Amino acid sequence: MTAVFLTFIFVLSIFLGFEVISKVPSTLHTPLMSGSNAISGITLIGALASLQTSYHGLTVFLAFLAVVFATINVTGGYAVTDRMLAMFKKKDRGDAA
Amino acid sequence: MSLGQVEINFAYVVSTALFIFGLKMLSSPATARRGNMLSGVGMLLAIVVTLLAAGIAYHWVFLGILVGSVAGLIGAYRVKMTAMPEMVALFNGFGGLASMLLSWSEYHQVQQLSTFIALVTVLSVFIGSITFTGSMVAWGKLSGKISQKPVIFQGQHLINAAAFALALLAALFFILSPAPPLGYLVFLAVLLVALAIGVTSTIPIGGADMPVVISLLNSYSGLAACAAGFVVSNNILIVAGALVGASGIILTRIMCKAMNRSLANVLFSGFGKAIAKDAGGEGPKGEVRPASAEDVFYILEAADSVAFVPGYGLAVAQAQHVVRELGDILEANGTEVAYAIHPVAGRMPGHMNVLLAEANVSYDQLVEMDDINPRMDSVDVCVVIGANDVVNPAAVHEQGSPIYGMPIIETYRAKTVIVMKRSMNPGFAGIENALFYEENTRMFFGDAKASIQALIAEFKSVNA
Repeated sequence: MTAVFLTFIFVLSIFLGFEVISKVPSTLHTPLMSGSNAISGITLIGALASLQTSYHGLTVFLAFLAVVFATINVTGGYAVTDRMLAMFKKKDRGDAA
Repeated sequence: MSLGQVEINFAYVVSTALFIFGLKMLSSPATARRGNMLSGVGMLLAIVVTLLAAGIAYHWVFLGILVGSVAGLIGAYRVKMTAMPEMVALFNGFGGLASMLLSWSEYHQVQQLSTFIALVTVLSVFIGSITFTGSMVAWGKLSGKISQKPVIFQGQHLINAAAFALALLAALFFILSPAPPLGYLVFLAVLLVALAIGVTSTIPIGGADMPVVISLLNSYSGLAACAAGFVVSNNILIVAGALVGASGIILTRIMCKAMNRSLANVLFSGFGKAIAKDAGGEGPKGEVRPASAEDVFYILEAADSVAFVPGYGLAVAQAQHVVRELGDILEANGTEVAYAIHPVAGRMPGHMNVLLAEANVSYDQLVEMDDINPRMDSVDVCVVIGANDVVNPAAVHEQGSPIYGMPIIETYRAKTVIVMKRSMNPGFAGIENALFYEENTRMFFGDAKASIQALIAEFKSVNA
């Protein structure tokens, strides 16, 4: 039953994604890509939950590496997106110059 | 204090809502930055509540987060805006790698898998591995560490197909009997073959097709996270992964449409090479009219409206700041200035927009192709900077041309076109550009940055 439930959520999310994202203008395609890329680092959540004190050996090592790479993806992704978006400004015409 | 699964999952619902609001706010430059922060807050919330569960090995967790954060932040703040495509590719690859490692770790821990869990485990390892090596190749190509030209060898498709079939068979075997030791060996085989497929399927794709590839890999990284979410039965991975997957697919479709090519054509044809052979026949004829900085200055000085059309050459020459400076001078001179941007200009979707934003160009001056084309007849001067195929009129006029049907910025309809270019070499597609021979075109040869600086000097010497 869990499989059905999870698949249900998956399918609805795909539709939701199409709805939300199809409205992003081409000017913002790069930030959209790097911002959504940061979200794909969500694997971090799964990896954190898998680093249990009762686990040992290769399991822990692999989950630890997953945490490292997912964290790079998350922090780097959000930071770089923020850097880019901070540059998108609308100038006040007329007052300047 | 430690939280139970119910509380944690309720917090995940809040995080998910924040992701969705954040993505929604990305649809306008005015709200985009807050949207990204909102999505970041959602991520932080999810991380914090996850760590409040019982039995977490905190020393590993904090070490991992520390190492990852330092590396991620250094990368994010050091990278130059012109190098953004390879940075995104690199981060994307790490996301795929993380999903692969997570699923591997879960399998190593449990080993007795139900058929469904075996299916999603092998799926996430397969997609995650392809995302990882594919993104690494894209990163290498974009940063110039390996050749941007398509690498094609005899029997390439056959090898790819065979590898794919092998992976599929192994995956099937694994799903049916995942138990070690044999299941474990098959599992590792799938992993290795998928890593190889990531390389061999990305290496034949040329530099100018990178916007499509990056979009597609972006989508894969989301789907890999999604599959990993099935493995660990975690809703938030599934929802967030699916959102990213959908976003990547949308971008991929937009990029393909902007090149008038199917995804299969981009992935399998090795475009640049295939075409160079066919294009040997009749090239455009006529006379090229070179212009000096002084000639171009007089043309621009007299213009009422100017549209800059940037391409990858702008990024290579790092000319975004001088273009903005020239634009400001023209505006002060009473000229209306716009920046017309083709969807696939550059090496990733929206590449040119980011560069011009970096140079402080106001975002309401960044005009999309579909907005500039209808009013192209009224534009006095188009200045093409380092763009080629996206302004080639063959796409409109020559039915036999390989790029026929591709939507272009129709600069040839402007009263005057100035093309800044280093030489007469054809662009990525290897096709001669008839625009260079049009009567209303002036070729301004030289490095884009130096050329524009020369123009700025002309303006300054007159105004001084």
